[in-house]
Amino acid sequence: MPGLSARELRVGYGARDVLPGLDFDVPDAELTVIIGPNACGKSTLLHALARLHAARGGSVLLDGKDIRRYGAKEVARRVGLLPQSSTAPDGITVHDLVSRGRYPHQSVLRGWSREDARAVEDALRSTGVLDLAHRRVDQLSGGQRQRVWIAMAVAQETPLFLLDEPTTFLDIGHQVEVLRLMRELREAGRTVVAVLHEINHAARYATHLVAMREGRIIARGDPRDIVTPELIGTMFGLTARVLVDDVTGAPVVVPDEPIRPA
Amino acid sequence: MAPGYLVLRRGRFSARLAVGPLLVRGLLALLVLALSALALTLGRAQVTLPELVSVLGGREQGTLRTVVLEWRLPRVVAAVLFGAALGVSGAVFQSLTRNPLGSPDVIGFNSGAFTGVVAAVLLGATSYVALSAWALLGGVTTAVLVYVLAFRRGLSGFRFLIVGIAVGTFLSSLNSWFFVKAEQQQALRTAVWGAGTLTRADWTTLALAGGAALAVAAVLPLAGRWLRQLELGDTTAAALGVPVERAKAVLVLLGVVTTALVTASAGPISFVALAAPHIARRITRRGGSVDLPSAALVGSLLLLASDVAAQHAISGVVLPVGAVTVCFGGLYLVWLLVVESRRS
Ligand SMILES: Nc1ncnc2c1ncn2[C@@H]1O[C@H](COP(=O)(O)OP(=O)(O)O)[C@@H](O)[C@H]1O
Ligand SMILES: [Mg+2]
Repeated sequence: MPGLSARELRVGYGARDVLPGLDFDVPDAELTVIIGPNACGKSTLLHALARLHAARGGSVLLDGKDIRRYGAKEVARRVGLLPQSSTAPDGITVHDLVSRGRYPHQSVLRGWSREDARAVEDALRSTGVLDLAHRRVDQLSGGQRQRVWIAMAVAQETPLFLLDEPTTFLDIGHQVEVLRLMRELREAGRTVVAVLHEINHAARYATHLVAMREGRIIARGDPRDIVTPELIGTMFGLTARVLVDDVTGAPVVVPDEPIRPA
Repeated sequence: MAPGYLVLRRGRFSARLAVGPLLVRGLLALLVLALSALALTLGRAQVTLPELVSVLGGREQGTLRTVVLEWRLPRVVAAVLFGAALGVSGAVFQSLTRNPLGSPDVIGFNSGAFTGVVAAVLLGATSYVALSAWALLGGVTTAVLVYVLAFRRGLSGFRFLIVGIAVGTFLSSLNSWFFVKAEQQQALRTAVWGAGTLTRADWTTLALAGGAALAVAAVLPLAGRWLRQLELGDTTAAALGVPVERAKAVLVLLGVVTTALVTASAGPISFVALAAPHIARRITRRGGSVDLPSAALVGSLLLLASDVAAQHAISGVVLPVGAVTVCFGGLYLVWLLVVESRRS
């Protein structure tokens, strides 16, 4: 059974379970977008899928095998994760940063193979930052910087690609740039899973949408089928109308009054 | 494709070396050699450069040989070796704590070692070996204590630093209290150890320290790779396949072993660990990234220069090298403050 899936996955911090028992098959070769209110466990789910959190119960299966039975680098060669925030060392160049995405393919004796050089160049090119390769990361704009981080994860060359809020803090132009990049990755044959906050972007770009609330998946499927006023109400406690964009056919959410006093 | 890199490939082996740091390392190595040669010629018995060459070439017997090979060379080797160890230790701690003030001095290792010596003296120990053993015990116990206290679902660099400073300060006041209360003889014995000196360096000590240093050097390539990845943040490093907690534990161990090596053989030597990585970063222009070999070489250079100054700066007076590094370090910090405040 290829791919990545969670079986009755239970993950938490301290006394509390954030995911009380979650089943989720990452759909192969799709662009899956996860939406849900703040603190509902989206990041926790992505981290658990990349084995950054240990499961308290249940399991994560990677190609049919419990993910705990892989080595750290083995997982990192199959599942890439771009966390919500990363720190770039002062003064590091774009090329140097993107090169660090090759870590799981390297070792002390295999420090920079031809494959590494090619993968880094491919990643720089496909994310549109090849021209910036020798610039310092701290001198780039927010949008450029985000593309550089994505390039680093692309250089990892994993068939599965998890991105945690890659568009947060970007203006709409740069957001769309990143969304297109994710779509291209999927068209190049990768499985992409991203957490997004902007529901209309999610509905527009996702080929598969997953809605979460309080550590559970409450709906999943084609965005055109599952984005309904009821879903928005359950997830965010919001009354909203759902229109249909006549050009793309994607659902568009227009909020009305809150059900509960804000 | 990137300019400024030297790529080596042979069979399954491959490596990429940044040219800038490589040149800096070469230059630093030359400086270390030059300063070593100078240190070997200076002293009450002046040795000329040709004489030095013939001694090192084994073509000289008698007093000259004894002076250079038995008296001066161990001291020079000790300075190079211990300086390098301190440079590596500082670079590792600064990178782990993501703080330019992270160093074994700051996280309480030296205070702990001192407390160990105080305990030894109170228990009546007199031999240098016994004092060293107790210093090691104190330092390592402190490091373990700090590590355990700072560990909470993983090691956070910041908490490591804060707990280290707290424990270190507590032990320092304990040490001061001892000085106030102790008998004069005991206080004197402790103070002599506490000055930090290379006078006791002999070939036996150096062989032991050198063995440990080789073991450390063997882990450096792996340590350097981990540090580079950990610079990206713990989560990103883990996502890229770094076993984060294991890597940090090994790195702390590396930092402690390198410091312990020096403290056991020479007593506490301050500031080299703090300043060497800073200076290395400045001259390699690598921003936040550490180049461990450069930090090691700068450490050697600093300690060697301090020891030359300690012996020859004031004629007829030989200072403990630890006192000189403290002065240098103080000046360096002042300079750093001035530079940084002008920049911001
Ligand atoms: N490292 C952590 N320690 C303790 N609690 C955490 C930690 N990370 C997340 N949480 C808690 O787990 C819950 C889910 O967090 P998260 O998965 O980050 O939510 P989301 O990404 O959906 O906003 C939140 O209540 C958050 O406070
Ligand atoms: Mg999150």
